[in-house]
Amino acid sequence: MKKEIFEPFNISDNNFEQCVKCTICTVYCPVLEVNPDYPGPKQSGPDGERLRLKDPNFFDEALSLCMNCKRCEVACPHGVKIGDIIQLARIKHSKKKPKLRDMILANTDIVGTMASTFAPIVNPIVALKPVRQIMDGVLKIDHHRIFPKYAGMRFETWYKRYAAKKQNDFKKHVSYFHGCYVNYNFPQQGKDLIKIMNAAGYGVHLLEKEKCCGVALISNGLINQATKQARHNVEAFKKSIVGLKRPVISTSSTCIFTIRDEYPHLLGVKNEEIRDESELATRFLFRLIDSGDLKLVFKKDYKKRIAYHTPCHMEKLGWSIYSTSLLKMIPGVDFMALESRCCGIAGTYGFKKENYETAQGVGKPLFDQIDGSDVDFVATDCETCKWQIEMSTSKKVEHPISILAAALDVEATMKLWQE
Amino acid sequence: MKFDNIIIGGGLSGLTCGIKLAEQGRKCAIISSGQSAIHFFSGSFDLLGRVHGEEVVNPIESMASLAATHPYQRVGVDNISRLATEAPELLERAGLKFFGIATKNHFVLTPMGIMKPTWLTIDDFTPFENKNAFPWKKAAILNFSGFLDFHTLFIQDGLKKFNVESQIKNFAMKEFEAIRRNPSEMRSTNIAKVFDQGNALEEFAQKVNQLSEGFEVVILPAVFGLFTKNIATALKAKVNKPVVLLPAIPPSVPGIRSQILLRKRFEALGGTYFLGDNVKDGVIENNKLLAIFTNNHADIKLEADQFILASGSFYSKGIVATRDKLYEPILGLDIDGDTDNNKWLDSKFFNDQPYMHYGVKTDSNFRALRNGKTIENLYVAGSVLGGANALKEGSGAGISLLTSLHVAEQLLK
Ligand SMILES: Cc1cc2nc3c(=O)[nH]c(=O)nc-3n(C[C@H](O)[C@H](O)[C@H](O)COP(=O)(O)OP(=O)(O)OC[C@H]3O[C@@H](n4cnc5c(N)ncnc54)[C@H](O)[C@@H]3O)c2cc1C
Ligand code: SF4
Ligand code: SF4
Repeated sequence: MKKEIFEPFNISDNNFEQCVKCTICTVYCPVLEVNPDYPGPKQSGPDGERLRLKDPNFFDEALSLCMNCKRCEVACPHGVKIGDIIQLARIKHSKKKPKLRDMILANTDIVGTMASTFAPIVNPIVALKPVRQIMDGVLKIDHHRIFPKYAGMRFETWYKRYAAKKQNDFKKHVSYFHGCYVNYNFPQQGKDLIKIMNAAGYGVHLLEKEKCCGVALISNGLINQATKQARHNVEAFKKSIVGLKRPVISTSSTCIFTIRDEYPHLLGVKNEEIRDESELATRFLFRLIDSGDLKLVFKKDYKKRIAYHTPCHMEKLGWSIYSTSLLKMIPGVDFMALESRCCGIAGTYGFKKENYETAQGVGKPLFDQIDGSDVDFVATDCETCKWQIEMSTSKKVEHPISILAAALDVEATMKLWQE
Repeated sequence: MKFDNIIIGGGLSGLTCGIKLAEQGRKCAIISSGQSAIHFFSGSFDLLGRVHGEEVVNPIESMASLAATHPYQRVGVDNISRLATEAPELLERAGLKFFGIATKNHFVLTPMGIMKPTWLTIDDFTPFENKNAFPWKKAAILNFSGFLDFHTLFIQDGLKKFNVESQIKNFAMKEFEAIRRNPSEMRSTNIAKVFDQGNALEEFAQKVNQLSEGFEVVILPAVFGLFTKNIATALKAKVNKPVVLLPAIPPSVPGIRSQILLRKRFEALGGTYFLGDNVKDGVIENNKLLAIFTNNHADIKLEADQFILASGSFYSKGIVATRDKLYEPILGLDIDGDTDNNKWLDSKFFNDQPYMHYGVKTDSNFRALRNGKTIENLYVAGSVLGGANALKEGSGAGISLLTSLHVAEQLLK
């Protein structure tokens, strides 16, 4: 018999017709668990969509309580794109205008540029209690939040000054989408990536000009700007992937998820030409190792007990196996997996005063697990999860790439392919 | 990515295979596109409830009269009998306690107030020896105000047949006010989460004791212990008379807990469970399945020495019927069933529907066939197999559990 391709029949653009009303999604929605004001995935997604198609007035502003974590989609036995349906409904029907606060939180790159320029002034100021109280009162950014520190020198500047030139010495090449966090807050992560990729025999290049992936713009309703940035990025990726035959890798699970899946699903920005070769660095490395094209050598004296947290978007991508497999390859790592649960931050969601309690309630089971473990630190692929976990538990958080970089024996690794 | 064994489908069958193989030291992965039928689990696993229209007393004995093509016959009744003692032990190692034996069905009270024969009942529920009697004469049927998924009137009517006098009482507690505000979400799983999280149980038990004063037994919906074990046990200890829990409308709290505990057991044994990923295709060469491809892993193939297909029946899209075609959607395997769509349905709805017997065709070792040729390392287990109308004969979980254990044994040989 010939293989048949199973393709469900849909009339709508999204696939709400596939819903069989089993309510399984509602069991796994982290928001519904702590905030009864949220109508839940089934009601907000496929059920609500039916009503909204009849009359847009059925749109409920409570849909902004959805964190877009997609855990409902992972659980749904029928592949309904519940999270997408909810986000599209917000984009289409929400009448709420983004507030000044939302603009500030959403424009991670503009704010980042300003803040990193004045980092020595900005960092101590936003850390001050009275300032946090003002941000709370005026901007409705919850005063419990500790802002991530801004770096003095941006990653891009560092790269151009100290790293760019020698990247051409390699035979193989990739481009790196560093994202706002690496650029403005934590350049070290980008440096760690370059260290590993160079050791693996790859030159690392920046895109012609990357713009913020736009995830925060989307969740704050700034859709036009998000679409513009998405188009720009897809073009920049094309130049690298199609033009220069250089795959694009990233260290941020959220950026890469947004570019691969949210661009076409939520913004209608086509990305077929670049999607397959835009991925996480850990997946790129895993593939090389899995196919026998690369071997990493690790230091003998690296010894750590590490717990891995699966960010929601990694759960949706199904890619945490790559990061955890790499960590488990380090001989001195004593690995433990945390139960996959949302940390509650969901990008800028948890920064907002009105969401603070929900965010911390959602994260609590995860925090309890972390505080109850005897690990040296937590590993995770998402920067906002890092902020949330560091703020809410006693443990520090490291990116798998930074852990690999610390454990890697660069010279021994390079020798293997140079020979 | 290389494993010893890869299992397609993470329901009761896939998890049973996975646990058994991982217990024997195999490096296993399970891939499941979504949550499984265990979420609708009534609380009892059926082995064989009816044969040729007759209610079964001893399932093992009655199996002899099943058709030769039935999965139990194909596994062999002796094997089934042995595996049927092994199954509850495997479940217990995962932290799930069941009552029941394969040589004598017991009864459970359904939410329709009817006694139904079954094999294994999870310890939340009460097993009965006698289908014609209810051990108590005065029952308090309690429900949470606003909870519409527990049909107390049906239960009351059902109990009348046993000459049980009962009273329905609805009650409110402030812990449930929040979820009541959201009428579409006053569901068993959300009530269970309240008990999971907090200290509601103590006050609740006191309330139950008050409301049931003067009654011999309390009947409640099974909404205890979703992510936390032993809440039902704790409740029973706090209530001063017998508590009979009855299933509410799914998703089922004990079912979801079972799924979670089975997955945890599999992962604790070193297994990898991929949820929310769909197996799309595979590479078959020289009658061997070399690797499979999934949505999430795209070009990174998943390789194994042996594979198990446990992708469920029509409900889970393990097999698919369109208007004119019946097929297995991943590899285009041979189907055991009529390709003539006129034969799929019996016009009488309650008759044994032919399509309910359809499934993936296998050789005598439960290996799949494609174009008539055996795929040597691809085994098939659970409800994706054909040959039985599980709904009609009450054999769903039995077939899933026992064909899975059997297939795992074939693999371990
Ligand atoms: C609604 C319902 C309620 C039931 N209740 C009971 C009961 O109370 N007692 C009883 O004894 N029996 C019951 N049954 C019978 C049931 O069939 C079995 O008990 C058993 O749960 C079936 O298990 P399974 O693992 O074979 O299939 P399923 O539980 O259907 O699991 C199959 C899994 O495979 C996955 N899958 C399918 N295709 C792919 C793919 N291409 N890639 C990756 N994954 C895939 C699906 O997502 C699913 O998770 C019920 C059945 C249904 C449908
Ligand atoms: S899990 Fe999927 S099919 Fe079930 S109610 Fe939710 S959206 Fe519908
Ligand atoms: S995306 Fe997350 S928050 Fe939104 S409905 Fe789904 S599970 Fe709930």
